[in-house]
Amino acid sequence: MDLKDLYRDVILDHNRHPRNFGRLEGAGADGEVLHADGHNPLCGDRLSVYVVLNGERVEDIRFEGSGCAISTASASLMTEAVKGKERAAVAKLFDQVHTLLTRHDAAPDAALGKLAALSGVREFPARVKCATLSWHTLNAALEQGAATVSTE
Amino acid sequence: MAANVAPIAAAAAYDAARVRRDFPILATHVNGHPLVYLDSAASSQLPQPVLRAVEDYETHSHANVHRGVHALSQAATSAFEGARERVRRFLNARSTREIIFVRGTTEALNLVAQSYARPRFGAGDEILITALEHHANIVPWQMLCEQTGCTLRVAPINRRGELVHEEFAQLLNSRTRLVAIAHVSNALGTVLPVKRLVEAAHAQGAVVVVDGAQAVPHSRVDVRALGADFYAFSGHKMYAPTGIGALYGREELLAAMPPWQGGGDMILTVSFEKTTYNDLPWKFEAGTPNISGAVGLAAAMDYLESLGIEAVAAHESRLLALATAELAQIPGIELIGTAAHKASVLSFTLAGVHAHDLGTILDSQGIAVRTGHHCAMPVMTFFGIPATARASFGCYNTEDDVARLVAGLGRAREVFG
Repeated sequence: MDLKDLYRDVILDHNRHPRNFGRLEGAGADGEVLHADGHNPLCGDRLSVYVVLNGERVEDIRFEGSGCAISTASASLMTEAVKGKERAAVAKLFDQVHTLLTRHDAAPDAALGKLAALSGVREFPARVKCATLSWHTLNAALEQGAATVSTE
Repeated sequence: MAANVAPIAAAAAYDAARVRRDFPILATHVNGHPLVYLDSAASSQLPQPVLRAVEDYETHSHANVHRGVHALSQAATSAFEGARERVRRFLNARSTREIIFVRGTTEALNLVAQSYARPRFGAGDEILITALEHHANIVPWQMLCEQTGCTLRVAPINRRGELVHEEFAQLLNSRTRLVAIAHVSNALGTVLPVKRLVEAAHAQGAVVVVDGAQAVPHSRVDVRALGADFYAFSGHKMYAPTGIGALYGREELLAAMPPWQGGGDMILTVSFEKTTYNDLPWKFEAGTPNISGAVGLAAAMDYLESLGIEAVAAHESRLLALATAELAQIPGIELIGTAAHKASVLSFTLAGVHAHDLGTILDSQGIAVRTGHHCAMPVMTFFGIPATARASFGCYNTEDDVARLVAGLGRAREVFG
């Protein structure tokens, strides 16, 4: 296993300078900020995801929290990837990311774009949960399950 | 004169390279590198004599204990009760009636909470713990408080990770029925002055439960000298298998306690009208025990004493001092837990690199450290960090292991540039 496969430049960059970082205040077109908290008890990663929908479309999304480079970069990449997408497209993207992280034979789908940088994680099984935490938390926010999501 | 010379002589006599050869797993390669095992505080490795003792028992002597007149049952009983005597001697307890075999420290602490404290405590009673406890010495008391209405008090630590004695003394009062303290902190390495704390607690009429999980591999524990009422420890942190540990309890306390779990072995007679319980220590050992584990634990005690616990402790303490000095030279390293009196644990953070990433980077170089909250979330909260990386030393670690750790941290700084 090669560390450079895990800690690619894109990952290190998004860890150092996370995009869409911070709390989302105020109201969207539908008048509500959806929000959920995620927690990975094994390593203590915690993050919150805030989403504003316009109908079925993710109009705005931000996240905050503290975590390892993989969970921070994955959350940052996720916010960029899902902004402007319909909920159904977000669900499909999560499926593709999940496949990328867990299936060794999977070739990165072109639709993944920058998210393909996470493919190195699958060589480090202990770290898959770090990369999926933000996605599970986004799902919970979209379902408006305000309860804390846990990876355990 | 002799006092000045002795430590140097001991240092020269300790041959860690020879000790390493007793531990087959240390020859393992991890990710293409020779293993550097720096996670003994989580679980230590097993030496050949322990592995052999377990195999010999299972191969030649196994049957159920206390049950048969046949030869193997007697052999098993004698191995199991022999192990109990070995534990008694290791802790310098008065009697084998004071040694209860359990799964480990966690089970021992739960036993004390449920069997000693639960029938006695109620609203208005207080339990005092410290802010550096492992979850195993927090949660059983929280559960007890829910069950009985008693109150949990927590004595604070300072920024070095030492108990604040003035505050401990203030929190200790006539309502304090029980004091539960770690002997050595697993997350910070702090050694608590148990004897002194026991004296203070006894002066207020409180009983003292000591979590000795991190102390037994690194120091000679004499429960009578410490004055502890209960002392709990696990085998797997002192070179024995998992799933075995012991609770020491003063006999008069144990004798007055009701059984904890019901079943076979803990009874004398059973009828549907009335059951009479077995004598100490079997009253607290329901069901078939971990016989081979007890045999392994006894062998681990033999092994540790053959190396000399004091010699092992001196060796580990030199490694801790070396690693502390080396890590202090690395930019961005912050040591978490800088108590004046520490044992074998070096917890730290590296600026800009989360502990979990550090763990992966070190692992890629064959270096095993623990990363996370170390089952001591309140300690992490106190220091305002989500996690630390923790290197911990055992009898088999060497200066070379410290050098590999330092190089590994250098690599982590490169990766995260």
